[in-house]
Amino acid sequence: MTVLTWSAAAVAVTPLLLMLAQLLVNGVGQLTPTFFMRMPVPPGVRGGGVANAIVGSMLLVAIAITVAVPVGIGAGLYLAEHRRARFANMVRLLADVLSGLPTIVLGIFIWELVVRPSGHFSAWAGGMALALVVLPLVARATEEMVRLVPVSLSEAALALGFSRWRTAFTVVLRTAMPGILTAVLIAVARAAGEAAPLLFTAFGNPFWSTDPSRPIAALPLQIYTYAQSPYDEWRAQAWASALLLLVLVALISAGARAVVRTRARLLTSVRPRAGRDHA
Amino acid sequence: MWRTVSMPRLPERGGHRREPILSHAVWVYRDALRRRLMPTPVGDRLYRTVTAACAATIPIVLVLLTVVVLRAAWPALHMRAGELVVGTTWEVTRSQFGALPAVVGTVLSSLIAVAIAAPLALGVAIFAADLGPRALREPVAFLVNLLAAIPSVVYGLWGVFVLIPFLRGTVMPVLAPLGTAIPLLSGPAYGPSLLAAGLVLAIMVLPFIAGISREVLLAVPHAQREAALALGATPWEVVRDAVLPAARSGLVGGIMLGLGRALGETIAVAMVIGNRHAMPHSLFDPAYSVAALLANEFAEASGDEHLSALMAVAALLLVVTLTVNLMARWLVRRVATP
Repeated sequence: MTVLTWSAAAVAVTPLLLMLAQLLVNGVGQLTPTFFMRMPVPPGVRGGGVANAIVGSMLLVAIAITVAVPVGIGAGLYLAEHRRARFANMVRLLADVLSGLPTIVLGIFIWELVVRPSGHFSAWAGGMALALVVLPLVARATEEMVRLVPVSLSEAALALGFSRWRTAFTVVLRTAMPGILTAVLIAVARAAGEAAPLLFTAFGNPFWSTDPSRPIAALPLQIYTYAQSPYDEWRAQAWASALLLLVLVALISAGARAVVRTRARLLTSVRPRAGRDHA
Repeated sequence: MWRTVSMPRLPERGGHRREPILSHAVWVYRDALRRRLMPTPVGDRLYRTVTAACAATIPIVLVLLTVVVLRAAWPALHMRAGELVVGTTWEVTRSQFGALPAVVGTVLSSLIAVAIAAPLALGVAIFAADLGPRALREPVAFLVNLLAAIPSVVYGLWGVFVLIPFLRGTVMPVLAPLGTAIPLLSGPAYGPSLLAAGLVLAIMVLPFIAGISREVLLAVPHAQREAALALGATPWEVVRDAVLPAARSGLVGGIMLGLGRALGETIAVAMVIGNRHAMPHSLFDPAYSVAALLANEFAEASGDEHLSALMAVAALLLVVTLTVNLMARWLVRRVATP
């Protein structure tokens, strides 16, 4: 049986290595300065890039983060402080459920709520759809991180006469910040790779646009379009965009790990005590 | 909870009440008195309200989502619910909206994916929690987890340009002679097919099932393992007799979470399943999936009828994934309480 689990592990890791290798082989030749700086060109024309998609993705993720992160952190604080309350239990369960729903349904929801009434696709709508993807992730991760903050820290602050909210902001949140930052970065990486919720919200745009009230391009959408096209130039660009997307995701995750590592030493000096309630 | 740090918890309804009721009456009275004498600062009340409101957005979003999608789907659900579920022709121009092929394609591709991924994921989880060498456990868990970080569209790209040519050129011709005996393996080798979708989905859900399963296995108390070891069990016997039975419902939950993912996966499936409105008869047949149908037709929906039919399909997808996820989370939580 041990041999079987060994082979399962080997089989599971193989597709990852295969995919990474093929992405590198097919994509790395395309990653030229033109690719980053220029706009898409029609099929048949050589050159061209995905500058608009890079900017579009950044704008969409920025909108999503601005909307979802404050709400997510607030929800996480609530969940951590009301650990066993019935409402908190329900919110926790529903946050997990929300993060498991098909993202295309989130896109349809935003379409019905924002795009249909306003009459056109927009970056606002795309950002909102991504915010729904990010919100449960940030909320649950914040909760986990806040729970790791030793109760003695907040009790010390309370004993010194701090009010609850000041304790939460200046002691609890500040201590948990590296962890929350990591969670936000991981959520950013996830949002940056989503295409399904953007299909009917941000829609994609072959032209340069930074206006959030207009349709906007995004890297995953660009890959989706290019990969299904019959043109070799576009297919090559799809590989390159995929490699770029993956490198971005990896860089963001590596950044998240670095944040944790530099701040971890601070936290280890005050070990959390297991099994203590926060209240 | 907020105002009185030292107050013991009141007995929960349905919970066991050991302490006399009277002492709690005293606590309640004292709490009320304290509230009169030491009112909660405004800032604290505001803080509590704001965080509670933030937490409330999550259930609100879910309820709103369900209401909005169901309301938009209502015309189709009302007029042609039967046709949607059992009809096999989807022809927009003749306003025929039978989504059965898409539903069947979704369910079959997801089941293929889970059938492939679940045993592998369990193997990985057992490797990374119990049987693997200590030095390899974390790296393997990390690598498998990386699979979850790869965007869906990249899986689709890989499926289109690597997996499908491989299936068309190598796997399908080799298996084709078996087609006369096994109808599942018959039919022309187009490439984009139920099989391709199932394989891509299997790779995509594997990290989810493996991750949850590992968490569940690690949540089984250590004493249980040690007890089995003390009785002379081999490492595998420990896993089989002491760990797996205790983790069973959590493992089932993890597999269901994977199924939920597979059912709702959109972009990668839309790229490799073939997008053909017809009942698949073999693994090599191009098929359709509900999510892919939405991805392809929603933005260009012609007319209210079409749109409403698509909304009904989306509502179906929503309700199914909602149910699967709720049940899965409930099962996982029974084992590994956060």
